[in-house]
Amino acid sequence: MSHATPDQLHHAATAKLAEIRASGKPLTAKDRAAIPPQEMPNQDPNLRRSNMNEVALGYSPEQTQLEAERCLQCKNAPCVGGCPVGINIPAFVKAAAEGRFDDSIAIIREASLLPAVCGRVCPQESQCQAPCTLGKILKDVNKSVAIGRIERFVADRQREGGAQAVPAIKPPTGRKVAVIGSGPASITVAADVRREGHAVTMFEAFHKPGGVLVYGIPEFRLPKAIVRKEIETLQAMGVTLETNYVIGRTRKLRDLLDRDGFDAVFVGTGAGLPKFMGIPGENLVGVFSANEYLTRSNLMRAYDTAQAHTPIYPSRKVAVLGGGNVAMDAARTALRMGAAEVHLIYRRTEQEMPARVEEVAHAREEGVIFHILQNAKRIFGDDNGCVRAIECLRYELGEPDASGRRRPVEIQGSEFEMEMDTVIVAIGNESNPLIRQTTAGLNVNKYGNILVDETGQTSLDGVYAGGDIVLGAATVILAMGEGRRAAAAINARLAGPARA
Amino acid sequence: MNRIIRKQQLSAEVFRIEVEAPLIARERKAGQFIIVQVDDAFGERIPLTIADADPVRGTITLIFQTVGRTTHLLADKNPGDTIPALLGPLGTPTHIEKFGHVVCVGGGIGVAPLHPIAEALKAAGNRLTIIMGARTASLLILEDEMRALADDLIIVTDDGSRGRQALVTVPLKELCEQNPKPDLAVVIGPPIMMKFGAETTRPYGVPTVVSLNTIMIDGTGMCGGCRVTVGGETKFVCVDGPEFDGHQVDFDNMMKRLRSYKSREDADHHACHLQQQAHKLAAG
Repeated sequence: MSHATPDQLHHAATAKLAEIRASGKPLTAKDRAAIPPQEMPNQDPNLRRSNMNEVALGYSPEQTQLEAERCLQCKNAPCVGGCPVGINIPAFVKAAAEGRFDDSIAIIREASLLPAVCGRVCPQESQCQAPCTLGKILKDVNKSVAIGRIERFVADRQREGGAQAVPAIKPPTGRKVAVIGSGPASITVAADVRREGHAVTMFEAFHKPGGVLVYGIPEFRLPKAIVRKEIETLQAMGVTLETNYVIGRTRKLRDLLDRDGFDAVFVGTGAGLPKFMGIPGENLVGVFSANEYLTRSNLMRAYDTAQAHTPIYPSRKVAVLGGGNVAMDAARTALRMGAAEVHLIYRRTEQEMPARVEEVAHAREEGVIFHILQNAKRIFGDDNGCVRAIECLRYELGEPDASGRRRPVEIQGSEFEMEMDTVIVAIGNESNPLIRQTTAGLNVNKYGNILVDETGQTSLDGVYAGGDIVLGAATVILAMGEGRRAAAAINARLAGPARA
Repeated sequence: MNRIIRKQQLSAEVFRIEVEAPLIARERKAGQFIIVQVDDAFGERIPLTIADADPVRGTITLIFQTVGRTTHLLADKNPGDTIPALLGPLGTPTHIEKFGHVVCVGGGIGVAPLHPIAEALKAAGNRLTIIMGARTASLLILEDEMRALADDLIIVTDDGSRGRQALVTVPLKELCEQNPKPDLAVVIGPPIMMKFGAETTRPYGVPTVVSLNTIMIDGTGMCGGCRVTVGGETKFVCVDGPEFDGHQVDFDNMMKRLRSYKSREDADHHACHLQQQAHKLAAG
């Protein structure tokens, strides 16, 4: 794929938009379908693989308007049904098309608290953009209206303009709510509960808030400054933030209710122990979980070798196992840390990869080598216990399995070996065991995920949960949806006069 | 922010600091540790044992040896200075009950984590034989504190400058050969010492607990960096440990994993010492 510069994309969009505006006639559906989908301006792949700066640079105002003009404004708005938090998508896209960017972001904010984050990391092609009528007409989901990119533009414009308002807070109710964790589910709960006038304290085990948004997602996909801004907004609303505070150890969950006077607790502790393949050689030196590798780079800033105290493993040839966004993030981080070759090994095909299409394309452009229908069978070490090579097996696709995806079937005798010095395992997480280990009466399923009812309440009265600790590894927007639901239940519970 | 109240240099490379941390001081139990970060912008996160705590004063005591960048920076701090990030208490507390006769073996800085465990075992009514070992006399720490807890105290040094000239495994083996043999051994120290401690008790079937100190980032069960092979299974030191059955731990793999960043550590160690020398010269 040739790399179009941001300037080229902007000028093409400006000319096309001027042409449409000059005609003065209302656009027909056919006219709208004929507008070229606006490509996201990106940093040149040859440059970006050696820096941590954001890859996607964002639309210009003209590109945003032109892309928004592609929307058919369907009466039944199938896109809204594809959004886990039910954003009024046609309305915000229409406002953007008309250049009413302030109105556009205001419409999004009615339903979503983290538009700059979601505009970047939501899997739009499997959510809002999947059922888009335009995509169906053009027979390509990637040609649906780029809802996420429009969302990102209006959110960034508001933040960069310094106009991000602090939501209005109702008068104090005298009620206190504890929010455990500071990732997307917890941010959502904290804001929604605080708006009702309840006091909110957010507890974070790390020294920096933001959860997976800061330790998991790299700067080149989600700049930390954006997450920081969201947390600052929460603090401006009066949410108290306690970092370096791990519920279950520094204080037990029950103590929050029984001793510290909290009226309700939300558990949003997110993903936990990384899963490993269970293959020989997995504890050799040079084998990392994606969580460890990414936390070193993202949260501890190990990529800044001049300043960071945290070391990151010096790798030349890296194998990344997995096909999700985390695998892409790890592979692309390894390139940026100076690896000569990064091989991504995935046992199904690209169609089944859970990663966002855009991230797969970015990884490919940057030079990540894809091995599809292959899987690691064992890892070989040298005399020092360090990774020397990986043995893989080839697969073919069989019948669909329980996940609905075609099942990978191994090809007998297809083993082959590749030299590697680093292996990063990115096949998901178990749930975090800390809260369940230290909280009697909290019901969990066989995977250790906390069980909740339809309001998000756990088996303990007044204790709610949401996000990855309930869902297993999911997405930012699903976590936000869960947070919304739990916050509504907490607010309903705390409505009315405080108990004596 | 956690303020340092007291600081004491125990040997050339070992320091004891008392730090304000009221919540941790109240909750901590024997066997638990904290994660510390000396610079919250660019610092690394490392686990350190809680050697002691005073819930009334709201302080905890940390004993550490200067190894990498963080421990050197920590050693440079003085009373009144603060530590920006301190998380804990982490890890599963030691299982304490009345076992009978317990041999507590501490090697070098390993005496620091051993102390609160010995204290809890003593309080539970156990008879304690404590073996303390170090390369040389000046590296022995907490001798008075351990003597106060011990029914029998045995000191060994590699060079014979204090106590018996022996490795800790020598008196440990003698104790295992007695009749009745000890009911439990708790062995904490450098990995190689724990490995040979566990090998010493194995033929006698004396249950042996070791406390592992591996590379760790979050300390709460998220990163997986601390994993060890125990009984053929992968375990996470931060949430499954830090204590394990010493007869089941794959020490060889653990020691190799601990060396993952050895070259960086050595470079930092060297640079930090040069810096400390420069500070001393500048101070006149």
